[in-house]
Amino acid sequence: MWDYTERVMEHFRDPRNVGVIPDPDGVGEVGSMACGDVLHLTFKLDDDKRIADVKFKTFGCASSIASASALTELIKGKTLEEAEKVTNQDIAHYLGGLPEQKMHCSVMGKEALEAAIENYRTGGTVKHMLDGEVVCTCFGVTATEVERVVRDNDLHTVEQVTNYCKAGGGCGGCHGEIEKIIARVHGIEPLPTESAPTPKPKMTNIRKIQLIQETIEREIRPHLKQDGGDIELIDVDGDRVIVSMRGQCAACPAANFTLDGFVGAKLREFVSPDLTVEEEKP
Amino acid sequence: MNTVYLDNNATTMVAPEVVEAMTPFFGSLYGNASSMHTFGGQVKQHVEHAREQVAELLCADPSEIIFTSCGTESDNSAIRGTVEALAGRKHHIVTTRVEHLAVLSVCQYFGKNGFRVTELPVDGDGLLDLQLLEDTLTEDTAIVSAMWANNETGVLFPIAEIGEICRRKGVTFHTDAVQAVGKIPIDLRETPVDLLSLSGHKLHAPKGIGVLYVRKGTRLAPFLIGGHQESNRRAGTENVPYIVGLGRAAELTLEHATDYTTRVAAQRDRLEAALLDACPDSFVNGPPDQRLPNTTNIAFEFVEGESILLMLDQVGICASSGSACTSGSLEPSHVMRAMGVPFTAAHGSIRFSLSRYTTDDEIDHVIEHMPGIINRLRELSPFVEA
Repeated sequence: MWDYTERVMEHFRDPRNVGVIPDPDGVGEVGSMACGDVLHLTFKLDDDKRIADVKFKTFGCASSIASASALTELIKGKTLEEAEKVTNQDIAHYLGGLPEQKMHCSVMGKEALEAAIENYRTGGTVKHMLDGEVVCTCFGVTATEVERVVRDNDLHTVEQVTNYCKAGGGCGGCHGEIEKIIARVHGIEPLPTESAPTPKPKMTNIRKIQLIQETIEREIRPHLKQDGGDIELIDVDGDRVIVSMRGQCAACPAANFTLDGFVGAKLREFVSPDLTVEEEKP
Repeated sequence: MNTVYLDNNATTMVAPEVVEAMTPFFGSLYGNASSMHTFGGQVKQHVEHAREQVAELLCADPSEIIFTSCGTESDNSAIRGTVEALAGRKHHIVTTRVEHLAVLSVCQYFGKNGFRVTELPVDGDGLLDLQLLEDTLTEDTAIVSAMWANNETGVLFPIAEIGEICRRKGVTFHTDAVQAVGKIPIDLRETPVDLLSLSGHKLHAPKGIGVLYVRKGTRLAPFLIGGHQESNRRAGTENVPYIVGLGRAAELTLEHATDYTTRVAAQRDRLEAALLDACPDSFVNGPPDQRLPNTTNIAFEFVEGESILLMLDQVGICASSGSACTSGSLEPSHVMRAMGVPFTAAHGSIRFSLSRYTTDDEIDHVIEHMPGIINRLRELSPFVEA
């Protein structure tokens, strides 16, 4: 059984603004029957271009009904510019939170609102389409949608993305693609995929030292300098890389973390996965 | 508010007589059934009596009854034990798309580890094509696992016919009878089943006890090793109170055997007819004449199952649904999808499962509240014109 807040249950039992506005200024519909939830939203503006009335109809679970109800309460009386600023987090917050696996209900509310606003601005001639290539074919979710939920909600795992927009919740074939999007949004180089292991020929020691030196120059030193630190390569003994931390790094309490979590990780990524890094003992 | 419990395919109330039978084994009768002394030895007699009680329910020999911890253990062990006993000589497993995950996941596990797995499809009524089954079996087929009754729809597979086919082809046949035992008569003298799983908590015994029936002569590797218990097949000190409880529950099931075919079936039919009549755009999943007597699975189009269940919960009614949202997954149940139930209906499929404790008042309570709930949710639904 889901752990719904009392406020979710209250909006589920007694949803606000149910119905369809005849001759509306904007109409939006998102979701699909196959996915198990659909939200239909209509609104009417007053003379000041504020949302005078908004109504919804939904096919879905308790949290999708409550999310739609909350959305209508949040945007009533707002201008479209103000309404556009309402995020899925605002909807969830209004309801006192949603179970993590149900966050996609709040995202659906946000998307229905966008669709309705787009419909209004284009004079009702354009049916809402999210651009970008489809990443998750099971639920028809595009890269643009995945990117947005990752950014808006600071998501870091595929499981979270599935909870927020369903992508990846079917066959699982798109998990690699979703991981890449997550990495891109957070500005991280994606890890090399397991499917394409290129067996590296054994390196000569000279070549290894050269590569370590290059990696330090290109990938490591510039970052440390930003924080007023520096690094010097002292020795390479088999797979042990011995360095000396200089500048701010030498006195920094986070230096131990920097050493393995950053320097070690970079060296393992660019040179050899077998490397360990140690600081020179004075 | 009284609880109206119509979710007996999920679990059942422990019968008061079962609790009574178990109680001494938590107190003075705590001996180990394997001990040499009289104090333990007397416990052994109670375990063996329970074995006889379960055997009688299935029309089997007591030596063919292995006590396990649950239906899932029985299902897992039947398939793994058969494959292991064949020591790599056969590499094909046959099952169906509508099995419980306790069977399906084990088959899929073997599928990822070098085995060929055939998941037989079902038609819109949830039934198998027996010719297809027969054609699928080869010299390389290690086991066929097909459920006796489906947990979601109550649909019954023709187990005797499937067993005949398997016997003719020389393939071991396992049936997951967790939902069937206790609700329909089972006679293993006449039904050619090699392995059968049952679960105590589906027939008014507590959770934590199950049985794997192993027909004499069936090759099956032990599934817990390190002790002589259960004919060396499942080591571990016997769970005496629960075994005794299951024995008593089996005995009670036989005493009440006709309840299901008469009273419970009539209550189910009355509930089903009333709901179909009062709720337009609803239909039954599964064929009316090849189902468990206690189960009805009704699809209410254009509304979503979790919402229905929560509304039912508000008026004290316990049921379940094959909708995506209730399971935490995003797709409707694999059973609904295998049957090709349209999405408009699969998400709104509700299962009511009765027991011999179900009263007419409880049925009335559901008939009174359900149509209003469906109407309210349809007022919210974008698929229904205002």
